Amino acid sequence: MIRTTLAAALLLGGALPAQAYKVFVSNERGNTVTVLDSETWEVLAEFPAGNRPRGITISPDGSELYVCASDDDAVRVFDTETYEETHTLPSGPDPELFVLHPTGNPLYIANEDDNLVTVTDVQTRQVLAEVPVGVEPEGMGISPDGKVVVNTSETTNMAHFIDTETFEIVQNTLVDQRPRFAQFTADGARLYVSAEIGGTVSVIDPATGEILHKITFEVPGIQPELLQPVGVRVTQDGSRVFVALGPSNRVAVVDGETWEVLDYLLVGQRVWQLAFTPDERFLITTNGNSNDVSIIDVAAGEVVRSVPVGQQPWGVVVAPE
Amino acid sequence: MGAALAVFGLLTGSAAAQEVRAAVIRVDYPSLLPISRLDLPPEDLGHAGAMLATEDNRTTGQFMGQSYETETVAVPPEEVRAAFDRLVAEGHRIVVALARREELLALADAAPVGVLILNARATDEALRSEECRANVLHVAPSDGMMADALAQFLVWKQWDRWFLIHGSHPEDHALADAYRAAAAKFGARIVEEREFVDTGGARVADTGHVLVQRQIPVFTQDAATHEVVVAADASDVFAPYLPYQTWDAAPVAGSAGLRPLTWHPAHEAWGATQMQNRFEELAGRPMREEDYQAWLALRVVGEAVTRTQSADSVAIRDYALGPNFELAAFKGQPVTFRDWNGQLRQPILLGDGRITVSVSPQDGFLHEVSPLDTLGLDRPESRCTAFQGGQP
Repeated sequence: MIRTTLAAALLLGGALPAQAYKVFVSNERGNTVTVLDSETWEVLAEFPAGNRPRGITISPDGSELYVCASDDDAVRVFDTETYEETHTLPSGPDPELFVLHPTGNPLYIANEDDNLVTVTDVQTRQVLAEVPVGVEPEGMGISPDGKVVVNTSETTNMAHFIDTETFEIVQNTLVDQRPRFAQFTADGARLYVSAEIGGTVSVIDPATGEILHKITFEVPGIQPELLQPVGVRVTQDGSRVFVALGPSNRVAVVDGETWEVLDYLLVGQRVWQLAFTPDERFLITTNGNSNDVSIIDVAAGEVVRSVPVGQQPWGVVVAPE
Repeated sequence: MGAALAVFGLLTGSAAAQEVRAAVIRVDYPSLLPISRLDLPPEDLGHAGAMLATEDNRTTGQFMGQSYETETVAVPPEEVRAAFDRLVAEGHRIVVALARREELLALADAAPVGVLILNARATDEALRSEECRANVLHVAPSDGMMADALAQFLVWKQWDRWFLIHGSHPEDHALADAYRAAAAKFGARIVEEREFVDTGGARVADTGHVLVQRQIPVFTQDAATHEVVVAADASDVFAPYLPYQTWDAAPVAGSAGLRPLTWHPAHEAWGATQMQNRFEELAGRPMREEDYQAWLALRVVGEAVTRTQSADSVAIRDYALGPNFELAAFKGQPVTFRDWNGQLRQPILLGDGRITVSVSPQDGFLHEVSPLDTLGLDRPESRCTAFQGGQP
């Protein structure tokens, strides 16, 4: 039923002319952001983005691009038209990954070296709170209603549920080794947490913190140790979950109801992060070791092309409609 | 209650505090200055790694209702037994030992029932075989694991003809044995073998390099055709003098040149940069192998405590040896224990002192259980009986 709805929606999407979005890719070692056009897949620009840019996101109105400049201990903010840096935001030390509140403010930032989540008001440019979390915080997810932000700590191996009103941790869920990413479904009913070294994605009921299922991965001919889940994205209707599998150079396509792995798509080398275009026609993957991004046609379940970007692409975000 | 919570992954920070105490004993052996002053041992060697692990464990413990305390001591070999007895009398049941074989065995045999020892230094093969002890888990890799890690790389390079140069001390002979076994295991040939006798001279003080530049070419001349020189110098007597000074233009590996390592401060992959940053902030110096191994030993403890909700040393040992244990250790795959001899399975870095050149096991070295078991003593090879053969 859900599958039919998705197929219909995708068919409809496919019938319409493709809309062009701007795709922003952070290049960790190149210290730049590459801008791509989602219709032509041409590189529109590559601009300096500070030292060791990793996490990357965009304001809901598409006007401001936020980049974790990890080695500058700041979030750099860029105009998405001119690519000029407009200002920086205080981020705490070594910001790696962050998530923006659905309203566009504040920004919740994982400080990898300091076991903190820093909450920064993007308008006043002030730090609102610092929340102590586990060792090596990285993954950041926020519930669609904006009430709970989830941080994953890579050495503590937990998902920490933080109340966005009180900035208190209200719940912790122990997951497998080295959790890298947390992603809610659009209805807020499920939370997916990847464990890079554990090799699993935990499906969590955010209401109770209970792990409902652990998704595991297996590709014939590939050493199981190389199947390292990192980035996770879920379609709006929750029917498909895409999981980047690091040095196996695969993206897993998972059924969002049964949590069965349906397919493995071969992409570039060491795939870490993923982003959909707003129409969910395409999924873009960052391939850190082949210095390119792979473009997946979501409906067809196929990799349609790869586009060279800067050095060691890390994160990706697509501008809204 | 705690166990039930852990099973469902639903945890709160309000559980009653449970204290996890550990001790770290470092034995300081009398030794000459290292050949390279970059290798001068810092005062907090190993201890700083243990402190970082304790901080990491504490951070996790605050969410789990556990607190961690670690006591660190450094003693000469003749005082190790007294220090150990004092720690045990004070109630310590988890002891990380940075000691050589003789002292490690003395502690293992003196330990009352229920004391768990984690070996973070001794590399002897015998400790994982006929001299194994049920109360010792080996976090440090064995000589065989290190030699196998290097051998796989050399064979992958098709550098199959080795010129083995070993020192004259018993540890050097043991290391040479590990390289001979590794060559046989992976199909390399030792085409020439020489002993560098420690005559107590030749150190690069003053103009020592002038002498070295004359001695080493002469020492290495007229060797059978080889692709690589493999140095077995556990005593730090000669290996650093070999690179660039050999008669033939062959790369050097083993105790100098390309070395098998558990850690080095330039290792960056798999999140290691974060570990380096945290350590350097804590200790004010780069992280060494001893620090990494002490860190790893206490992280094994922390991980077992987190998952079992028990601070009991027997429960920790059982969990560590069991099928559910796995730990992320900045090596790109989980590290686990061999249940037949208590050895931690782990990838081995190959470094030239500047960067990570490669990491073993190498591609194509296959094993029916884990590629990591291509390094060191596999189940059928170990003569260890203290673990009842594990769970085949």
